[in-house]
Amino acid sequence: MSTIEISCVEVWREISNYLDGEISVELRERMQAHFGVCEHCTAVLDGTRNIVQLVGDGRIFRMPDGFSERLYKKIHERRSP
Amino acid sequence: MAQPQLESTEAELIRRVCGGEPQAFEELLRPYERLVYATAISILRNPADAEEVAQEAVLKAFSKLSSFRGESRFSTWLVQITYNEARMKLRKERQHLYESIDREQQDQEGEYWPRDFADWRPIPSELLEREELREALQNGINSLSPMYREIVILRDVHSLSLKDTAAVLGIPEGRVKTRLHRARLQLRDFLAPGFDGSWSSGQNYRKVRAW
Repeated sequence: MSTIEISCVEVWREISNYLDGEISVELRERMQAHFGVCEHCTAVLDGTRNIVQLVGDGRIFRMPDGFSERLYKKIHERRSP
Repeated sequence: MAQPQLESTEAELIRRVCGGEPQAFEELLRPYERLVYATAISILRNPADAEEVAQEAVLKAFSKLSSFRGESRFSTWLVQITYNEARMKLRKERQHLYESIDREQQDQEGEYWPRDFADWRPIPSELLEREELREALQNGINSLSPMYREIVILRDVHSLSLKDTAAVLGIPEGRVKTRLHRARLQLRDFLAPGFDGSWSSGQNYRKVRAW
Protein backbone atom coordinates (compact mmCIF):
# COMPACT_ATOMS: atom_id res chain seq x y z
CA MET A 1 0.00 0.00 0.00
CA SER A 2 1.39 3.40 -0.92
CA THR A 3 1.61 6.25 1.56
CA ILE A 4 -0.56 9.28 0.89
CA GLU A 5 1.63 12.25 0.06
CA ILE A 6 1.84 15.21 2.38
CA SER A 7 2.77 18.82 1.55
CA CYS A 8 5.69 20.79 3.02
CA VAL A 9 3.24 23.11 4.75
CA GLU A 10 1.54 20.19 6.49
CA VAL A 11 4.92 18.82 7.52
CA TRP A 12 6.07 22.16 9.00
CA ARG A 13 2.88 22.37 11.01
CA GLU A 14 3.65 19.05 12.71
CA ILE A 15 7.43 19.15 13.12
CA SER A 16 7.34 19.90 16.83
CA ASN A 17 4.73 17.20 17.50
CA TYR A 18 6.77 14.82 15.37
CA LEU A 19 9.82 15.39 17.57
CA ASP A 20 7.73 14.79 20.70
CA GLY A 21 6.05 11.67 19.31
CA GLU A 22 2.70 13.41 19.64
CA ILE A 23 1.30 12.29 16.28
CA SER A 24 -0.50 9.26 14.91
CA VAL A 25 1.41 6.35 13.37
CA GLU A 26 -0.21 7.12 10.04
CA LEU A 27 0.93 10.76 10.03
CA ARG A 28 4.41 9.74 11.16
CA GLU A 29 4.72 7.41 8.20
CA ARG A 30 3.58 10.08 5.76
CA MET A 31 6.06 12.56 7.21
CA GLN A 32 8.89 10.04 7.10
CA ALA A 33 8.16 9.39 3.44
CA HIS A 34 8.23 13.15 2.82
CA PHE A 35 11.57 13.62 4.63
CA GLY A 36 12.98 10.95 2.35
CA VAL A 37 12.46 13.15 -0.69
CA CYS A 38 12.43 16.75 0.62
CA GLU A 39 15.74 18.40 1.56
CA HIS A 40 14.06 21.57 2.86
CA CYS A 41 11.86 19.81 5.37
CA THR A 42 14.70 17.51 6.43
CA ALA A 43 16.88 20.58 7.07
CA VAL A 44 14.13 22.14 9.20
CA LEU A 45 13.57 18.88 11.10
CA ASP A 46 17.28 18.24 11.78
CA GLY A 47 17.97 21.83 12.78
CA THR A 48 14.98 21.95 15.11
CA ARG A 49 15.93 18.62 16.70
CA ASN A 50 19.48 19.86 17.18
CA ILE A 51 18.30 23.07 18.86
CA VAL A 52 15.93 21.16 21.15
CA GLN A 53 18.78 18.84 22.19
CA LEU A 54 21.16 21.72 22.88
CA VAL A 55 18.61 23.74 24.82
CA GLY A 56 17.70 20.64 26.86
CA ASP A 57 21.29 20.14 27.92
CA GLY A 58 20.82 22.56 30.79
CA ARG A 59 24.29 24.02 30.55
CA ILE A 60 23.12 27.11 28.71
CA PHE A 61 21.86 28.72 31.89
CA ARG A 62 24.77 29.47 34.11
CA MET A 63 23.73 30.68 37.51
CA PRO A 64 25.47 33.85 38.71
CA ASP A 65 28.61 33.26 40.77
CA GLY A 66 27.75 32.69 44.40
CA PHE A 67 24.06 32.12 43.65
CA SER A 68 23.83 28.91 45.69
CA GLU A 69 25.73 30.32 48.65
CA ARG A 70 23.48 33.37 48.83
CA LEU A 71 20.38 31.23 48.43
CA TYR A 72 21.30 28.85 51.25
CA LYS A 73 22.31 31.77 53.44
CA LYS A 74 18.79 33.21 53.00
CA ILE A 75 17.22 29.87 53.87
CA HIS A 76 19.45 29.58 56.89
CA GLU A 77 18.43 33.05 58.07
CA ARG A 78 14.78 32.09 57.67
CA ARG A 79 15.29 28.88 59.64
CA SER A 80 16.94 30.61 62.54
CA PRO A 81 15.84 34.25 62.62
CA MET B 1 10.46 11.99 33.98
CA ALA B 2 11.40 11.62 37.64
CA GLN B 3 12.48 8.19 38.79
CA PRO B 4 10.20 6.54 41.37
CA GLN B 5 13.25 6.27 43.62
CA LEU B 6 13.85 10.02 43.37
CA GLU B 7 10.21 10.68 44.20
CA SER B 8 10.32 8.49 47.29
CA THR B 9 13.53 10.18 48.44
CA GLU B 10 11.85 13.53 47.95
CA ALA B 11 8.78 12.44 49.86
CA GLU B 12 11.06 11.35 52.70
CA LEU B 13 12.93 14.69 52.68
CA ILE B 14 9.64 16.60 52.71
CA ARG B 15 8.47 14.54 55.69
CA ARG B 16 11.70 15.32 57.50
CA VAL B 17 11.46 19.07 56.86
CA CYS B 18 7.84 19.15 58.01
CA GLY B 19 8.72 16.96 60.99
CA GLY B 20 11.16 19.52 62.38
CA GLU B 21 14.36 18.95 60.40
CA PRO B 22 14.57 22.16 58.33
CA GLN B 23 18.14 21.39 57.28
CA ALA B 24 16.76 18.61 55.02
CA PHE B 25 15.27 21.34 52.84
CA GLU B 26 18.66 22.11 51.34
CA GLU B 27 19.05 18.55 50.15
CA LEU B 28 15.54 18.65 48.72
CA LEU B 29 16.19 21.87 46.86
CA ARG B 30 19.68 21.30 45.52
CA PRO B 31 18.77 19.43 42.30
CA TYR B 32 16.35 22.22 41.37
CA GLU B 33 18.36 25.39 41.99
CA ARG B 34 19.04 25.84 38.31
CA LEU B 35 15.42 25.11 37.44
CA VAL B 36 14.26 27.88 39.75
CA TYR B 37 16.81 30.37 38.46
CA ALA B 38 16.18 29.58 34.78
CA THR B 39 12.42 29.87 35.25
CA ALA B 40 12.85 33.28 36.85
CA ILE B 41 15.28 34.59 34.25
CA SER B 42 13.12 33.33 31.38
CA ILE B 43 10.44 35.73 32.54
CA LEU B 44 12.50 38.60 33.92
CA ARG B 45 15.60 38.39 31.70
CA ASN B 46 17.68 40.30 34.21
CA PRO B 47 20.07 38.20 36.35
CA ALA B 48 19.71 40.39 39.46
CA ASP B 49 15.90 40.32 39.32
CA ALA B 50 15.94 36.61 38.58
CA GLU B 51 18.10 35.92 41.63
CA GLU B 52 15.86 38.01 43.87
CA VAL B 53 12.73 36.22 42.65
CA ALA B 54 14.43 32.82 42.91
CA GLN B 55 15.24 33.53 46.55
CA GLU B 56 11.71 34.71 47.29
CA ALA B 57 10.21 31.67 45.57
CA VAL B 58 12.44 29.26 47.46
CA LEU B 59 11.65 30.90 50.81
CA LYS B 60 7.96 30.73 50.00
CA ALA B 61 8.27 27.05 49.10
CA PHE B 62 10.11 26.48 52.39
CA SER B 63 7.44 28.16 54.50
CA LYS B 64 4.55 26.54 52.58
CA LEU B 65 6.04 23.07 52.35
CA SER B 66 3.56 21.61 54.83
CA SER B 67 0.77 22.54 52.40
CA PHE B 68 2.40 20.54 49.57
CA ARG B 69 0.09 17.58 49.10
CA GLY B 70 2.12 15.61 46.61
CA GLU B 71 -0.57 15.90 43.93
CA SER B 72 2.09 17.14 41.52
CA ARG B 73 5.80 16.54 41.58
CA PHE B 74 7.81 18.72 43.95
CA SER B 75 9.72 20.25 41.01
CA THR B 76 6.47 21.24 39.26
CA TRP B 77 5.13 22.80 42.45
CA LEU B 78 8.38 24.72 42.91
CA VAL B 79 8.33 25.97 39.32
CA GLN B 80 4.72 27.03 39.73
CA ILE B 81 5.65 29.17 42.75
CA THR B 82 8.63 30.67 40.93
CA TYR B 83 6.56 31.38 37.86
CA ASN B 84 3.90 33.17 39.92
CA GLU B 85 6.49 35.22 41.83
CA ALA B 86 8.24 36.27 38.62
CA ARG B 87 4.98 37.25 36.93
CA MET B 88 3.98 39.24 39.99
CA LYS B 89 7.24 41.15 39.96
CA LEU B 90 6.90 41.88 36.26
CA ARG B 91 3.34 43.07 36.79
CA LYS B 92 4.39 45.43 39.58
CA GLU B 93 7.15 46.94 37.48
CA ARG B 94 4.97 47.37 34.45
CA GLN B 95 2.16 49.15 36.28
CA HIS B 96 4.01 52.39 35.76
CA LEU B 97 4.52 51.74 32.10
CA TYR B 98 0.81 51.46 31.28
CA GLU B 99 1.63 48.21 29.64
CA SER B 100 -0.58 45.19 29.95
CA ILE B 101 1.18 41.87 30.28
CA ASP B 102 -2.07 40.19 29.36
CA ARG B 103 -2.14 41.95 26.04
CA GLU B 104 1.41 40.85 25.40
CA GLN B 105 0.40 37.31 26.30
CA GLN B 106 -1.96 36.91 23.39
CA ASP B 107 -0.85 34.27 20.93
CA GLN B 108 0.62 35.65 17.76
CA GLU B 109 -1.90 35.23 15.03
CA GLY B 110 -1.56 32.96 12.05
CA GLU B 111 0.75 30.05 11.48
CA TYR B 112 4.49 30.23 11.52
CA TRP B 113 6.43 28.93 8.57
CA PRO B 114 10.18 28.31 8.59
CA ARG B 115 12.14 31.16 7.03
CA ASP B 116 15.50 29.57 6.63
CA PHE B 117 16.32 26.24 5.05
CA ALA B 118 20.00 26.09 5.78
CA ASP B 119 21.04 22.52 6.47
CA TRP B 120 23.67 22.71 9.14
CA ARG B 121 25.84 19.96 10.46
CA PRO B 122 24.50 18.91 13.89
CA ILE B 123 26.19 20.79 16.70
CA PRO B 124 27.36 18.31 19.36
CA SER B 125 26.47 19.13 22.93
CA GLU B 126 30.16 19.09 23.95
CA LEU B 127 30.41 22.45 22.22
CA LEU B 128 28.22 23.92 24.95
CA GLU B 129 31.48 24.35 26.82
CA ARG B 130 32.05 27.25 24.45
CA GLU B 131 30.76 30.54 25.74
CA GLU B 132 29.79 31.78 22.27
CA LEU B 133 27.43 28.84 21.71
CA ARG B 134 25.76 29.25 25.11
CA GLU B 135 25.41 32.94 24.46
CA ALA B 136 23.90 32.37 21.02
CA LEU B 137 21.33 29.96 22.47
CA GLN B 138 20.49 32.35 25.31
CA ASN B 139 20.10 35.22 22.86
CA GLY B 140 17.84 33.02 20.77
CA ILE B 141 15.65 32.23 23.77
CA ASN B 142 15.63 35.88 24.81
CA SER B 143 14.54 36.90 21.33
CA LEU B 144 11.27 35.00 21.80
CA SER B 145 8.30 36.83 23.26
CA PRO B 146 7.60 35.89 26.91
CA MET B 147 4.88 33.32 26.28
CA TYR B 148 7.08 31.39 23.86
CA ARG B 149 10.14 31.74 26.07
CA GLU B 150 8.30 30.23 29.05
CA ILE B 151 7.22 27.25 27.00
CA VAL B 152 10.77 26.52 25.81
CA ILE B 153 12.12 26.80 29.34
CA LEU B 154 9.51 24.51 30.85
CA ARG B 155 9.31 21.91 28.09
CA ASP B 156 12.75 21.85 26.47
CA VAL B 157 15.10 23.15 29.14
CA HIS B 158 13.41 21.38 32.07
CA SER B 159 11.67 18.55 30.23
CA LEU B 160 8.38 19.10 32.05
CA SER B 161 5.64 16.93 30.58
CA LEU B 162 2.92 18.47 28.44
CA LYS B 163 0.52 17.98 31.34
CA ASP B 164 2.76 19.64 33.93
CA THR B 165 3.58 22.54 31.58
CA ALA B 166 -0.11 23.11 30.97
CA ALA B 167 -0.72 23.02 34.74
CA VAL B 168 2.04 25.53 35.53
CA LEU B 169 0.90 27.97 32.85
CA GLY B 170 -2.81 27.37 33.35
CA ILE B 171 -3.50 26.71 29.66
CA PRO B 172 -4.79 23.66 27.78
CA GLU B 173 -2.30 21.07 26.52
CA GLY B 174 -3.23 21.84 22.92
CA ARG B 175 -2.09 25.42 23.37
CA VAL B 176 1.18 24.23 24.91
CA LYS B 177 1.79 22.23 21.73
CA THR B 178 1.05 25.09 19.33
CA ARG B 179 3.14 27.58 21.31
CA LEU B 180 6.00 25.10 21.61
CA HIS B 181 5.86 24.51 17.88
CA ARG B 182 6.14 28.20 17.10
CA ALA B 183 8.85 28.73 19.71
CA ARG B 184 11.02 25.91 18.36
CA LEU B 185 10.74 27.00 14.74
CA GLN B 186 11.47 30.61 15.65
CA LEU B 187 14.47 29.53 17.66
CA ARG B 188 15.78 27.51 14.77
CA ASP B 189 15.33 30.42 12.38
CA PHE B 190 17.09 32.71 14.84
CA LEU B 191 20.08 30.39 14.97
CA ALA B 192 20.08 29.32 11.33
CA PRO B 193 22.25 32.22 10.12
CA GLY B 194 25.00 30.80 12.33
CA PHE B 195 26.48 31.89 15.57
CA ASP B 196 28.89 34.27 13.95
CA GLY B 197 26.43 35.37 11.27
CA SER B 198 28.49 33.74 8.57
CA TRP B 199 26.08 31.05 7.45
CA SER B 200 23.57 31.48 4.71
CA SER B 201 20.62 33.47 5.94
CA GLY B 202 17.15 33.75 4.47
CA GLN B 203 18.32 31.84 1.45
CA ASN B 204 17.15 28.67 -0.10
CA TYR B 205 18.55 25.34 0.86
CA ARG B 206 22.28 25.35 1.07
CA LYS B 207 24.71 23.04 2.80
CA VAL B 208 26.46 24.91 5.56
CA ARG B 209 28.98 23.97 8.16
CA ALA B 210 28.25 25.08 11.68
CA TRP B 211 31.71 24.62 13.13
